[in-house]
Amino acid sequence: MADISLDKPEAGDRIPTVIADDVHIVYRVNGGSRGKGSATAALSRIMRRGGGESRGVRKVHAVRGVTFTAYRGEAIGLIGSNGSGKSTLLRAIAGLLPAEKGRVYTDGQPSLLGVNAALMNDLTGERNVILGGLAMGMSREEVKERYQEIVDFSGINEKGDFITLPMRTYSSGMAARLRFSIAAAKNHDVLMIDEALATGDQKFRVRSEERIRELRKEAGTVFLVSHSNKSIRDTCDRVLWLEKGELLMDGPTEEVLRAYEKESGK
Amino acid sequence: MTGATPSLGDGPVPAELAARYGLSVSGARPGLATYTRLLWGRRHFIVAFSTAKLTAQYSQAKLGQVWQVATPLLNACVYYLVFGILLGTRRGIPHDVFVPFLVTGVFIFTFTQSSVTAGVRAISGNLGLVRALHFPRAALPVSIAIQQLQQLLYSMVILVATALVFGSYPSPRWVLVVPVLAIQFTFNVGITMVMARLGSKTPDLAQLTPFVMRTWMYASGVMYSIPVMLQGKPDWIKIALQHNPLAIYMDLMRYALIRGYGAENLPAHVWLFALAWALLLGVAGYIYFWKAEEQYGRG
Repeated sequence: MADISLDKPEAGDRIPTVIADDVHIVYRVNGGSRGKGSATAALSRIMRRGGGESRGVRKVHAVRGVTFTAYRGEAIGLIGSNGSGKSTLLRAIAGLLPAEKGRVYTDGQPSLLGVNAALMNDLTGERNVILGGLAMGMSREEVKERYQEIVDFSGINEKGDFITLPMRTYSSGMAARLRFSIAAAKNHDVLMIDEALATGDQKFRVRSEERIRELRKEAGTVFLVSHSNKSIRDTCDRVLWLEKGELLMDGPTEEVLRAYEKESGK
Repeated sequence: MTGATPSLGDGPVPAELAARYGLSVSGARPGLATYTRLLWGRRHFIVAFSTAKLTAQYSQAKLGQVWQVATPLLNACVYYLVFGILLGTRRGIPHDVFVPFLVTGVFIFTFTQSSVTAGVRAISGNLGLVRALHFPRAALPVSIAIQQLQQLLYSMVILVATALVFGSYPSPRWVLVVPVLAIQFTFNVGITMVMARLGSKTPDLAQLTPFVMRTWMYASGVMYSIPVMLQGKPDWIKIALQHNPLAIYMDLMRYALIRGYGAENLPAHVWLFALAWALLLGVAGYIYFWKAEEQYGRG
């Protein structure tokens, strides 16, 4: 991906950064089978079916044949009701969830914004900053360099020396601020943001929205999952509307949002 | 508004378009060499992650990190009470050898045992992490093995103290502790990777492994001497039990630390077998784990 302009076939062409080609994603859920959840029920189920694919395993077809191409410089919103497959699709684009069928092609490594999973409540905020930074793929030096920046941004230490306390002692707002600050410390090629980002009090919300704008400027392509039509309108120039895992509509923000609002009865 | 295949209708097919702009398949498994390089690049994360897990384990306890040493000590006491005093499995071993013999056995066995039991949940217990961040997934089993190694190093404090109390003073043989631990650690990394892959597909293994490990423990001579206890039994049973990797690692560690446990207690070709087991599991386990790299997010 060193110099794309060289092998650009037609001048003035848009450069694709993410191509989704008929992507299907299926989750397999153990113990989610119908009927009673007791041990005898589970046993008799195994006896009855005796082998085959679905021995107490239920399949959830979360994304069904989504195809689209995203280009450099685009900010794309993903909308749809709860459980429509938006977050799942993002994970597939990031290469974190294997597609059952179809393929996702990307330029560079798309990253989800968020490190929640790597952090541990029993550790101090300080160690979580380091752990989170390393988990996102920063080098030790990079983490050291940005440490103060992250702590200052989170504002955790504004009310005393909280950063040296275990994270489980933080209020939910404080913890959310620290998590966001760690996650937003790194720049990404293809950035994906999964809703509910603006957390914390008013002051922090303003600050985090500003940081997201910065990240967006530096990233090639941005995906944003959100239930707030306002933040989609503010951020995105193109919107994908997913419903029941299928791509219902793909087009300019205003057009898709208007249809979506009409459908959802707003 | 029902058009399900938008925007690409007139363009080239996606695969061609991707090829033309040099896009690669997202989430594809890298080659073994690249994979190893990526894994090495994540070494600081791996160490930080295992240290964090280890610290978090006792962070709510009042005594805190004292438990890192107190837990193995209590374990050793329980085993001594049951096997040394009540059951008397020390047949054929003098008393001042038996206590360090038993403690070494328990700690060395636990080193692998907890790697296996934790390894089953290496992927399935960290699915949130696997589904949120990019890193070679082998980082998870490796960090579990390192976590157990750190735990063992705490236990070594007790082990050395026990050896000293029962009259085994530092000798040049103590240097062997380092290669023995290195070999067993390699073995553990391999077996942890195997368990991690198996456990990611079949979480039920977490229920099953304790039984397998307990059988393995009783068969490996943790609290008794295999040659003494199996006298009169066919030779092949004795040889098979003595050459199982854990019996070998325990014997080597005892040989290194305990004065009264000489080379006559070791089976033939013991170092060769120790290395062979470690290399076999280490290499095969790594490749086996890597083969499913792109699948782990599915859970």
